[in-house]
Amino acid sequence: MSDLPLRAAKSAASEPGLAIDVRGLTRHFGAFVAVDDLSFSVKQGEIFGFLGANGAGKSTTIRMLCGLLKPTSGTALVGGIDVSRDPEGVKRTIGYMSQKFSLYEALTVDQNIEFFGGIYGLSRDRFVERRKFVREMAGLQGREDTLTRDLPGGWRQRLALGCAILHEPRIVFLDEPTGGVDPLSRRRFWDLIGDLSRQGVTVLVTTHYLDEAEHCHRIAIIQAGKLAALGTATELKQVFSSRPIVEIHASQPVQAMSVLDKNPNVEKTSLFGTSVHAVLKDASLDPSVLAQALRAEGIEVSSIGAVMPSLEDVFLDVVERVGAA
Amino acid sequence: MRKTLAVASKELRQILRDQRSLLILLFVPAFFLLLYGYALNFDIRNVTLAVQDKDRSTKSRELVSSFVNSGYFSLVGYVDAPAELDRLVDLGRVRSILSIPAGFERDLSMRKPVTVQVIIDGDNANTASTVSGYARTLINEFSGAQMQLTSPGPASRPPVPVISVEPRIWYNPQLRSTLFLVPGLIAYISMITAVVSTALSVVREKERGTMEQVRMAPLSPLPYIIGKTMPYLVISFVSAILVILSAMLLFDLPMRGSWLLLCGAIGLFLIGAQAQGLLISTIAETQQVAFQVALLSSLLPTMILSGFIFPISSMPIVVQWITHIVPARYFLVALRSIVLKGADITAFWQEMVALAIFATVALGLASLRLSREWA
Repeated sequence: MSDLPLRAAKSAASEPGLAIDVRGLTRHFGAFVAVDDLSFSVKQGEIFGFLGANGAGKSTTIRMLCGLLKPTSGTALVGGIDVSRDPEGVKRTIGYMSQKFSLYEALTVDQNIEFFGGIYGLSRDRFVERRKFVREMAGLQGREDTLTRDLPGGWRQRLALGCAILHEPRIVFLDEPTGGVDPLSRRRFWDLIGDLSRQGVTVLVTTHYLDEAEHCHRIAIIQAGKLAALGTATELKQVFSSRPIVEIHASQPVQAMSVLDKNPNVEKTSLFGTSVHAVLKDASLDPSVLAQALRAEGIEVSSIGAVMPSLEDVFLDVVERVGAA
Repeated sequence: MRKTLAVASKELRQILRDQRSLLILLFVPAFFLLLYGYALNFDIRNVTLAVQDKDRSTKSRELVSSFVNSGYFSLVGYVDAPAELDRLVDLGRVRSILSIPAGFERDLSMRKPVTVQVIIDGDNANTASTVSGYARTLINEFSGAQMQLTSPGPASRPPVPVISVEPRIWYNPQLRSTLFLVPGLIAYISMITAVVSTALSVVREKERGTMEQVRMAPLSPLPYIIGKTMPYLVISFVSAILVILSAMLLFDLPMRGSWLLLCGAIGLFLIGAQAQGLLISTIAETQQVAFQVALLSSLLPTMILSGFIFPISSMPIVVQWITHIVPARYFLVALRSIVLKGADITAFWQEMVALAIFATVALGLASLRLSREWA
């Protein structure tokens, strides 16, 4: 940690306490604008969720923040370092774990750790200490000589995280880290992310699982390369403060949706598993009115009632609004 | 340097884990040598021969037996009627006919010029010209011997000097085509393995996504590339030496020159081949494409444009120019000089320089493309 004062000096240009500071970041691929004038900042030690549909520009943004891709315009400071001026400096500062398991499957657990220790240039003593840490963190003691391809998904994913933070980066990028992993392992993985954050490590994470995003301190939703919403989960759910959400369990959900869509009190509907969520235009409306309307069309309603909006409601709402604009 | 070693030891471990590929890399080249070495044989033996001997003398029988004893011809039988000769050739029973005129022995003893006729089935031009060469050599030898025999003894007067052409073929006196072909095979096999294995190893990392992870690390392309190709260089080197050793064992390939020079030539050649593989890996996105491009770009030029099988001097001038960018062309000259002639560096330094230039240019292009892709 002897280089901390140096890092502080470097980040003097930006607001103190900011791990990531993005201003007007833009990237074109030919005529296609993948990332369009993106601005946000992430505080030291924050878990920052980065949500968006496939192709919304998440990966392009991360690649720019990691110094892998040059921005067309705008600036991004990562750990106080300008990504377009010193991409190599950024790479030394950050850890990165991608959506694929980027480990060498034909190598053992320890050989993978050794490889990453080698390419990050860890000294022998520090490496031995960090290897111990990674083995413990990933729960891989006693499996050091197992081939990575023979590890269950959850272990592999924790090993990948361990390799990404072997060099103790202050900022970690996780690009859909929990894809294809069972719920228990995902839970454990988020506990690890929480530990990192408590140690002051900044985590920027993208995910498809919106229930996971609830673990993030703040969430940014991007759509078509633009920032569509930004805030804590609670703040984001405020968009529904004047528009209650009613959850309906009906015998024919799809028909129920088309009936509700015609109802003047309903703004929109969406399918949530086997239930239907209807967003009402007015908070004063009694949901039982909707139940009557449905029964009049011969649809059985087993339950109806107001629910707290989930992040999924928020996400769909934001994406639809931006898409319509 | 430590980073390079980290990449190299990772790569080596991957190769060692995948023992099937390792076996393929190490031993398939030697196996190829066996297959090609026995199949690609341009020597012709036991050409079927019919004899029309109109003289039926001691001398005519001597000439016939010199043909048979040479091992190139095998006597099917004696024939008299010209119609019968035609029939034998038409049926493919014989591929050559030796016709000795009447008065052969008499004319020979009187030192009068005498002509024998050799007829060769020309349906395969290559074979025909080779057989014709054999026949001419045999007849020349025979006539030379006769001249000396019929000269009066040295006591009375000095013999009339017999002026005869004495063809000598150096380095490969029996003109065994295997000796000529084996260096070509070594080039051909090493080229393919080096180009293909290098191209595949890089593209595999692209496909699996591990390349992306490595690029996120503070690792510049150079240590990555050196670390990645080094193990393959060592393996293809060992494999090339194995091919040479088995050629010495199986095909009596002489090793007349210095092993040090040989290793130098192989090293330069392999570095160039690996650079070519790297260049391909920067273009191809999938292992399948990489494999095909690597195979085509190494196999065809090495086979056709290197002088391995077809002599460069007999190619059209434009094609001859093209051969200048085929590294195997230079490697072959160096290899044949070292192995067959035992020549020292003065004989083929230009070829070594050309190999070095190829390696440098290919490496430069590959690293240029790679660092563009990397950053």
